[in-house]
Amino acid sequence: MIGRIHSIETCGTVDGPGLRYVIFLQGCLLRCQFCHNPDTWDVKGGVEKSVAEIITDLKDYLPYIKSSGGITVSGGEPLLQIDFLLELFKECKKLGVHTAIDTSAGCFRESPTFLRKVDELLRVTDLVLLDIKHLDNDLHKQLTGMPNAHILKFAELLAEKNTPVWIRRVLIPERTNDPDELARLNDFIKNMGNVQKVEVLPYHKMGIYKWEHLNLEYPLAGVEPPTEEEVKRAKEILSIPAES
Amino acid sequence: MTTTTLSPWRTFRSGKWEQDVNVRDFIIRNFTGYEGDEQFLAKPTQNTLDLWKQVTELTAKEREAGGVLDMDTKIPSTITSHGPGYLDKDKETIVGVQTDKPFKRGLMPFGGIRMAKNSCEAYGYELDKETEHIFTEYRKTHNQGVFDAYTPDMRKARKAGIITGLPDAYGRGRIIGDYRRVALYGVDFLIKKKQEELTLLENDGVMTEDIIKQREEHNEQIRALHELKQLAESYGFDISKPATNAQEAIQWVYLAYLAAIKEQNGAAMSLGRVSTFLDIYINRDLQEGHLTEEQAQELIDHFVMKLRLVKFARTPEYNELFSGDPTWVTESIGGVSLQGEPLVTKSSFRFLHTLTNLGPAPEPNLTILWSTKLPEAFKKYCAKMSIESSSIQYENDDLMRKHYGDDYGIACCVSAMEIGKQMQFFGARANLAKALLYAINGGVDEKLKMQVAPPLRPITSDVLDFEEVMERYDVILDWLAKLYMNTLNVIHFMHDKYAYERIEMALHDKDVLRTMAGGIAGLSVVADSLSAIKHAKVHVIRDEDGLAVDYRIEGDFPKYGNNNDEVDSIAVDVVNRFMNKFRQHETYRNAVPTLSILTITSNVVYGKKTGNTPDGRRAGEPFAPGANPLHGRDQSGALASLNSVAKIPYENSLDGISNTTSFVPKALGKTEDERTSNLVSILDGYASKEGHHLNINVFDRETLEDAMEHPELYPQLTIRVSGYAVNFIKLTKEQQLDVINRTFHKGL
Repeated sequence: MIGRIHSIETCGTVDGPGLRYVIFLQGCLLRCQFCHNPDTWDVKGGVEKSVAEIITDLKDYLPYIKSSGGITVSGGEPLLQIDFLLELFKECKKLGVHTAIDTSAGCFRESPTFLRKVDELLRVTDLVLLDIKHLDNDLHKQLTGMPNAHILKFAELLAEKNTPVWIRRVLIPERTNDPDELARLNDFIKNMGNVQKVEVLPYHKMGIYKWEHLNLEYPLAGVEPPTEEEVKRAKEILSIPAES
Repeated sequence: MTTTTLSPWRTFRSGKWEQDVNVRDFIIRNFTGYEGDEQFLAKPTQNTLDLWKQVTELTAKEREAGGVLDMDTKIPSTITSHGPGYLDKDKETIVGVQTDKPFKRGLMPFGGIRMAKNSCEAYGYELDKETEHIFTEYRKTHNQGVFDAYTPDMRKARKAGIITGLPDAYGRGRIIGDYRRVALYGVDFLIKKKQEELTLLENDGVMTEDIIKQREEHNEQIRALHELKQLAESYGFDISKPATNAQEAIQWVYLAYLAAIKEQNGAAMSLGRVSTFLDIYINRDLQEGHLTEEQAQELIDHFVMKLRLVKFARTPEYNELFSGDPTWVTESIGGVSLQGEPLVTKSSFRFLHTLTNLGPAPEPNLTILWSTKLPEAFKKYCAKMSIESSSIQYENDDLMRKHYGDDYGIACCVSAMEIGKQMQFFGARANLAKALLYAINGGVDEKLKMQVAPPLRPITSDVLDFEEVMERYDVILDWLAKLYMNTLNVIHFMHDKYAYERIEMALHDKDVLRTMAGGIAGLSVVADSLSAIKHAKVHVIRDEDGLAVDYRIEGDFPKYGNNNDEVDSIAVDVVNRFMNKFRQHETYRNAVPTLSILTITSNVVYGKKTGNTPDGRRAGEPFAPGANPLHGRDQSGALASLNSVAKIPYENSLDGISNTTSFVPKALGKTEDERTSNLVSILDGYASKEGHHLNINVFDRETLEDAMEHPELYPQLTIRVSGYAVNFIKLTKEQQLDVINRTFHKGL
């Protein structure tokens, strides 16, 4: 089974617990205005690698990741290559490696075929890092180019299956830091019942150069990262303990 | 004298160590392992804070004075040359400085009078005329001896910088006296043993050169031990007998070490492995109620403070190679016994705790002998202190124990040796990147434009052919290995003759295993160059005389540092190849040849002396330090970079494989706990992959840039460079930039 890979980071520490072998898959359907990896959008880009190749490489890192880390597949949108992901995770489980998906679920569909695959995938997935960009459908559309109903459906599915989840929110001043909406998100998370951790990822401008490189106009030009105070407030609303 | 004097060995478990000198046996039978965390540690006492304030002020004064505060320009430093000196006698629990006052550097002419003179002049002092006269007219020095014996080829290789940093103009160092013996046995016992050994060195009356040498050396050792007693007396101690309590044990060990650094200004004057040994005394005093935890920590703090005061007068040339006034007072901490028990004690924690109580510092060079079997709480504490101070280095005990047992120490940066049983002849390093250019240019130096290696047919093709280059390179390496070994033979013959380490060797066994420790620089440049030649197209650009002076690369090629076997295997091959050539030659005193991949800060100087290389590195640009990938070429994350280096076989570089890695704090994790536990995973992983050595730095590049602008705000900013640590602000500007330009693993 072949996957389209954007890049691999061997020493990830921010996408899941412990040290992570992070694979960034190529291709995404969302067009988030704040995306720091727009070079992963194009579904035809990247390089092709087989599951076997990745597993061989991954084995070189087992001594670092086996005790408290694991593998995280990020993107791009990993669920776009669900067949590849499924086979990869099955192999990872044979090695006893903790598996995590970092997704915004932009391509989630409720077709029986897709649901069956998701079901199978979640059986070999230890953790889902789920981005909820915004709860308001219109604002979500504005921010990412897509509605959010199917994304929230995916969240509900994860809750139903009791899959361990970390919810992440990219905090952008004026865009995603409305206290009321954050409070609703907090309720949403509480209702899910399977969320182990909530993370606020302060918006940063380190990806802008990539937009320029791709000759794309940066939609958030002039928007500054949130202040420490704003991050603190968001964390409070989302019931995140101060020390994390 | 009252009659309450306690017997020094009163509670110790008996063993072989009572009859013969055997510190390892004493430790194994008597140490108390500790699996707990750091909660028991005590804060500094008021006296400690006062003394450290005094040191801080003197350090600032020294910096303002241009790097040296005071210097003896007349009296050559010997074990007994100077009277006692103190910081503040009433407050110090451990005493002794190298001359008659702290921060005053001793005069050390035995390595070379010219160097002693230059180091005086470099700091605005003048060498006493009479002393100069004596060491010019009547007393020959090491440096003169070496140059009397050097061949023209050796001089040429030295000038071209294909072999550099040789200890022919400074003390070789990298010898660790077993300073613990003085505390455990007292000096009289050691003298008695040395006298007994002399009777074994009569060889039935047949005086071979070897026996003559050993007999003379043994008598010098005995003389040095007597002088050590005198030194102690000048501070009011009788160290003829064993230490009876913790304070004495630490003081005895320190006096023995002090004797060594008064006698020798070796490039690295390492301490050995004293913390667990001393813990036995501290633990006994605590149990007997003679000591509180606060007092125990005070003793260690004061001891470490003394180790931070070790200073030598060195020349600007030396500083260019090894920047920042390093002394390599390396103390090895932790490790696991041959029986599988961790050798971690509460004093392992107390030594690391000095980084909190006194703040970060490059010396002593705190080295953790890391094993995956170390107690988890200790692992975490090490990682935590690394993140806070960037002052700790790690070496793989699981790897070294197989070769060196469980009572070895690290000399300098990465050189393991069994304490009191083994020493090395330090050999600096050969520049393998320059050797590659010689292979292309038929032995002509690309900078000096003169024939240095024997003339070979130069390569004349436009595009370099891998097979052809390797064939020539192999011939050049044959020549280089032989010349290198013979140069080292000359140096160490003369060092033994003119600057013998009397007191350090007095604290060794009679029969010592010697290693001939060669080294290589430029490994990553060679690996990448050969990879470019093999996997891309490398065109040669020649000057009007047909000398290859530059290269144009067409296409991409795998680079060392990305866990890519296509190029990593080249690095492995180069190391194996050179080691196999080096070990073929006869060595002085039958030393066993070994190899290190370590540059310290000299990667900057080596780079300066080396022309453009086929990997695209520009002439004059620094090499990567030690076995590191070249800056910016390791682009697959920190672990891929570590894996590449871990492939270098330790068996063929038994003198150490240095790797330095820098993280920005947030790349290790979001919270302090995550950072600590991730660093532990990295260290465990690297140890499992059989990586040998790892320097860990954790800070933001901006901090370093700010420290360059405002050095006065960062007096204690410490960073690890290849194999040691330095005060960042003491580096030359070039070296500061080199550090800043290195790969900082940032994560995403």
